[in-house]
Amino acid sequence: MLPLKEKDKPIIQKLLSAGCCARCILRFCCVSVQAAYRKPPEVRLILCRQLQGKKDCEYLSSYLGNVYPPNKRAKLETSITDAQSEEGAAAVVKLKDGDSRVCVVCLGILQELCGTTQAVKAVKAGNYEFDTLVLSVSLPAQLCVREHSCWLHVKKEVREKGLVLNKDDVIQVKEAFKWIMQGMVAKELGGTAVVTKVSPFEVSVEFTHSETDADCHFLAATCPDCFKPTKNKQVRKQTEHYPCPPKQPTSSCSPQEVQCLRVSVFVAGRYNKFCRSLPQTPWVIDGERRMESSVEELIAAPILSAFRADGFNFSSSGREDVDVRTLGNGRPFAMELLNPHKSRFSKEQMKQLQETINQSSDKIKVRDLQIVTREAMSRMKEGEEEKTKSYTALVWTQKPIQREDISFIDDIKDLTLDQKTPLRVLHRRALAVRQRAIHSMSTRFLDSHHFYLRLKTQAGTYIKEFVHGDFGRTNPNLCQLLKTNTDILELDVESVDVDWPPPVPE
Amino acid sequence: MESVEHEDTKANAPSVIDRYYTRWYRADMKGKPCEDHCILQHSNRICVITLAETHPILQNGRTIKCINYQISNGCSRLKNKVSGKSKRGGQFLTDFAPLCRITCTDETEYTIYSCIRGRLLEVNENILETPNLLLEKPSTEGYIAVILPKFEESKSITENLLNRDEFENIISKRSSAQSQPS
Repeated sequence: MLPLKEKDKPIIQKLLSAGCCARCILRFCCVSVQAAYRKPPEVRLILCRQLQGKKDCEYLSSYLGNVYPPNKRAKLETSITDAQSEEGAAAVVKLKDGDSRVCVVCLGILQELCGTTQAVKAVKAGNYEFDTLVLSVSLPAQLCVREHSCWLHVKKEVREKGLVLNKDDVIQVKEAFKWIMQGMVAKELGGTAVVTKVSPFEVSVEFTHSETDADCHFLAATCPDCFKPTKNKQVRKQTEHYPCPPKQPTSSCSPQEVQCLRVSVFVAGRYNKFCRSLPQTPWVIDGERRMESSVEELIAAPILSAFRADGFNFSSSGREDVDVRTLGNGRPFAMELLNPHKSRFSKEQMKQLQETINQSSDKIKVRDLQIVTREAMSRMKEGEEEKTKSYTALVWTQKPIQREDISFIDDIKDLTLDQKTPLRVLHRRALAVRQRAIHSMSTRFLDSHHFYLRLKTQAGTYIKEFVHGDFGRTNPNLCQLLKTNTDILELDVESVDVDWPPPVPE
Repeated sequence: MESVEHEDTKANAPSVIDRYYTRWYRADMKGKPCEDHCILQHSNRICVITLAETHPILQNGRTIKCINYQISNGCSRLKNKVSGKSKRGGQFLTDFAPLCRITCTDETEYTIYSCIRGRLLEVNENILETPNLLLEKPSTEGYIAVILPKFEESKSITENLLNRDEFENIISKRSSAQSQPS
């Protein structure tokens, strides 16, 4: 039963004649019983029942006059006068939504409920995997204006009768809509829990109504500066500038688009790079790809398709140059998968996915692939700035050397370098001097012009520039230490000393 | 790591400059004979201004008395300061903007010029402390300045410059001119 009371009658009558639909009337009567909004036939039936007696029927007729087209009206009026009987009221009920005139407040949003069908269609089409979903609705701004206008219209009447209608008690269009939609969507999607607050899966319905967009224009005219904050602040001005009650629209508000968005999933791991001609990210200049593939693409492709995600953001704990290999345990990386249509993966499935990636290319390899939280991403970034890294470089010397000439390098500990931004990256980085430490080094003699240099350095140290000096802009550098021109022929990353992500046992 | 083939003791492995920079030249800068400049252009469009090996400063065993980045009353290249990724604040140079004046111990004076249009990023302060760097390693540690051309101009700035072959042509013409009987 609808909790409509005697005191609601003046409100109902006023709104009916203004052109409001049944559900909006319920809202203005502050009916907060969700079930009341869900079943349209009952709503009207009960409304009819509430209006008993001849006077009430007159009001109902005028409601019908506003809501139903003329040809239907005659049929209805006769049945209404017999409204005391069940059949009379039922006759009203049978009229379909499509026959009614558009409500002046909700612009048909609470009348036709076509947003629901569209939402369900979109969810099914996307083939998403989810346990719960949350609905979000975006309504055109003019609804605010119209709502306020109706409230003003009713407020006067109500006050005259010694009653009070608090604007805050009026149920919002959005709320009522969600109440109705939640029930219908849950039913259509076979028992999905439609939650009210938070869910990783969000279905957003956006409504627009260009016909009545002009309703808001007076606001811009009245107060151009404060148009944005709260439209409700324009109370007093509203009655002057805007019709009260609002004008009836000719078309119903239609849902513009339904967007389904699943909250991002984060996948982390460590990668090895075995190729000396593979960039980290796609190398494209002027729309032309300069180098085939990239670490990012090789790792992302299988993951993207497994999770059926729309896109991804790849980041890693630092990165290496195109011509540098990453050996050892590999470099930590994390990927944000955007709008993943599938998100549940077991440990076994993740292992399988890891295997797929490793089989797909011999240029890279991943390990410890796992799903992590968004917060975990910061653990990875801290590695970029704080943790140490180890390298092996193949060094060429201009002057011929012997084993004894390079042994002193092994004893150097915690060498502080002043590195000006290397010229090779200066075009995209600020010019600055960075102090970095080389914690320790060890050498392995190869021949009179070559040796291997192992280094353990602070994060952010430019190894290549330490070896060749970068026009003397890195001090001290290997050329100065060995008193000869030196150059770096090859570089490998041996380890990135970050203990994240946690290792996944084989 | 893979092992590397043995190279000649006097190996000429391609240097950092060979791998990443293109050598451009400006000969007889401002009409002064043999005052040749060498512009090293990195693949990322940044240019390093250096003395070409034929420059008078590097000939006849000259030594340097002083290097002055104060090129006029109101302008010192040392005061150049760039900030941020877009290098705002750097002095904008045209082809003939002076970078510094070098006086040698034999009282000869030379002005080194920008040679290209662009924003001055830095001048080499190491050569103020150690002028010998300029004499011993004019192409690397003895560089004069680093200039960033405008993105739109990064290709066009080389239109007025000579490539290595053209420069060597000019040098050989000079020697043959000298060896001709007067």
